[in-house]
Amino acid sequence: MAKTLYDKVWQAHVIDQIGEDSLIYIDRHLIHEVTSPQAFAGLNEKGRKVRRPDRTFATMDHSISTRSLALDACGPQNQLQLQTLAKNCEEHNVKLFPVGHQKQGIVHVMGPELGLILPGMTVVCGDSHTATHGAFGALAFGIGTSQVEHVLATQTLKQSRAKTMQIKVNGKLATGITAKDIILAIIGKIGHAGATAHVIEYCGEAIEALSMEERMTICNMSIEAGAKAGMIAPDQTTFDYLQGREFAPKGADWDAAVAYWKTLFTDEGATFDTVVELEAADIAPQVTWGTNPGQVIGVTTPVPGPEDFSDPVEKESARKALAYMGINAGDKLADIPVSHVFIGSCTNGRIEDLRAVASIAKQGKVSENVTAIIVPGSGAVKRQAEAEGLDKIFTDAGFEWRLPGCSMCLGMNDDLLQAGDRCASTSNRNFEGRQGRGARTHLVSPAMAAAAALRGKFADVRDFQE
Amino acid sequence: MSESTTGINVLTGTACPLDQANVDTDQIIPKQFLTSVSRAGFGKHLFHDWRYLDLEEKEPNPEFVLNKPEHAGATILLSRENFGCGSSREHAPWALTDFGFKAVIATSFADIFYGNCMNNQLLPIALTSEQMDSLFAAVAADATAEIAIDLPAQTVTVGEQSWTFDIAEHHKNNLVKGLDAIGQTLELGKKIESYEANQPAWL
Repeated sequence: MAKTLYDKVWQAHVIDQIGEDSLIYIDRHLIHEVTSPQAFAGLNEKGRKVRRPDRTFATMDHSISTRSLALDACGPQNQLQLQTLAKNCEEHNVKLFPVGHQKQGIVHVMGPELGLILPGMTVVCGDSHTATHGAFGALAFGIGTSQVEHVLATQTLKQSRAKTMQIKVNGKLATGITAKDIILAIIGKIGHAGATAHVIEYCGEAIEALSMEERMTICNMSIEAGAKAGMIAPDQTTFDYLQGREFAPKGADWDAAVAYWKTLFTDEGATFDTVVELEAADIAPQVTWGTNPGQVIGVTTPVPGPEDFSDPVEKESARKALAYMGINAGDKLADIPVSHVFIGSCTNGRIEDLRAVASIAKQGKVSENVTAIIVPGSGAVKRQAEAEGLDKIFTDAGFEWRLPGCSMCLGMNDDLLQAGDRCASTSNRNFEGRQGRGARTHLVSPAMAAAAALRGKFADVRDFQE
Repeated sequence: MSESTTGINVLTGTACPLDQANVDTDQIIPKQFLTSVSRAGFGKHLFHDWRYLDLEEKEPNPEFVLNKPEHAGATILLSRENFGCGSSREHAPWALTDFGFKAVIATSFADIFYGNCMNNQLLPIALTSEQMDSLFAAVAADATAEIAIDLPAQTVTVGEQSWTFDIAEHHKNNLVKGLDAIGQTLELGKKIESYEANQPAWL
């Protein structure tokens, strides 16, 4: 029987069948300060232990300052949450990469960097962007805090088998088009809830050509289409990325692992519940205009209006979104001024993203009407960028260069926008209030964000090609 | 042993109609309240940005449906497509239950939110778009209309209208009996051990 990649990874982890549900084993559990304290409290109340502390890794990312290493830099509540994580990790013998540690970073950036994520693994974290790790051919998904507690106590989860969706991106990308544009175009096509109850497998020539960093950007936003997870079959690009990383297998174990990983692909003849195809050449630089990631257009397309939608729900959503965003149907993005630019997050806070930003940043200066911050995804990304001199390019051009963390993607620290601010952001959610109450977020690629910073309005990155 | 906490059987109450699609968990409970290390006390911040005109939560927004006097005391929330999308934060169902909601009836739910409801004795019910239209119409006609949800029978009834809904057997069982999911899994310890014993050394 021909199997999909998802089928293979799923079946390799089923421990037991409980009615229509399966009990599946979890190979890797990542935790952070925001969604774990109540889970540890639950364990402690019942006198339960962490079953596999060796499979569990923690970092501090959401609630931390990007200007200071002090835990109290963002107030006593944030400090208490960070201290609670440190205390829980110490009591339960879980490895923690705290603020200031050289391996600290956004959980979905530092995990792959350390080689903690391997093909064929099941990976969970109390964070919806856990989908990121599907880039390695792992089955990775976000869970709630009760499930975090369940995994801590049992190293398992009860799950129903998901539906499968194949998303094939044919051909080659045009110059200036990035992984972020691919995933935004996909979400625009299938909708903000288009993949609900599905696990997506991304494939096709344009996907195979992507680096691991780019594949992570794609899989990261699977949740923004409602998907349970997104996966990409591992290949030589994957193996080359992993070889030599701290927690990746070594020696004979490496050879055994690679032999297994090479079996992780969708068999010829396997079928998917849903199939979607896109032509890479059709994808333009993407900019969201509304308040969910499915409300997205190419940079040269006029802003749509309610009348452009036939579905009454989408019509009403468009009306509400335009009112919140303070723009009108027919507006040109090139005429819309931005007040802020945020570059970073688990979607676009990796070294290749920063290189793309630098290539634009060195062509000018940040507009005087724009505040632009660059937040590396991890300590390792920060050090690499500085070794390449990118920080100098950024600061010379007028960007602020910060310490690693989640930062303005969700604003749990003091990197927050004010009502009416308009931000070109490389993050993943443009929900109302996501970056600050009343603030307006437009999702874009790192290069597009840099171009907007220089121009002071949305700009077409293709006009900046050297 | 698996212990039993309170379970859900039949729920009867009035409804609060939040007639919009894609209500995300950032709206249900915004980020500034996520620094708490407890599960309690999120209800007062539920739908903060829409519910209050000020940051200190002193000025309720009279236009927001949760603040309308006719919907005070509602225990059932009505909404539309893709309710609970976005962040995995379980603070969202914690806020809804702490506020007093016992069920959310919507056209569809985001997966993680739906699962989180099941772990918090909050009953998520998906009805068709047409059925939701009828339910919204019934509440618009009479805000005091009692809605009865019979979980074992899987029905929602308002006035003369009644619809059935789907729910997985294990979810229903856990909600009705209020079972401790971790306790149940720990009873399978031997199977988990034998699975682990067969994993490759490099994992």
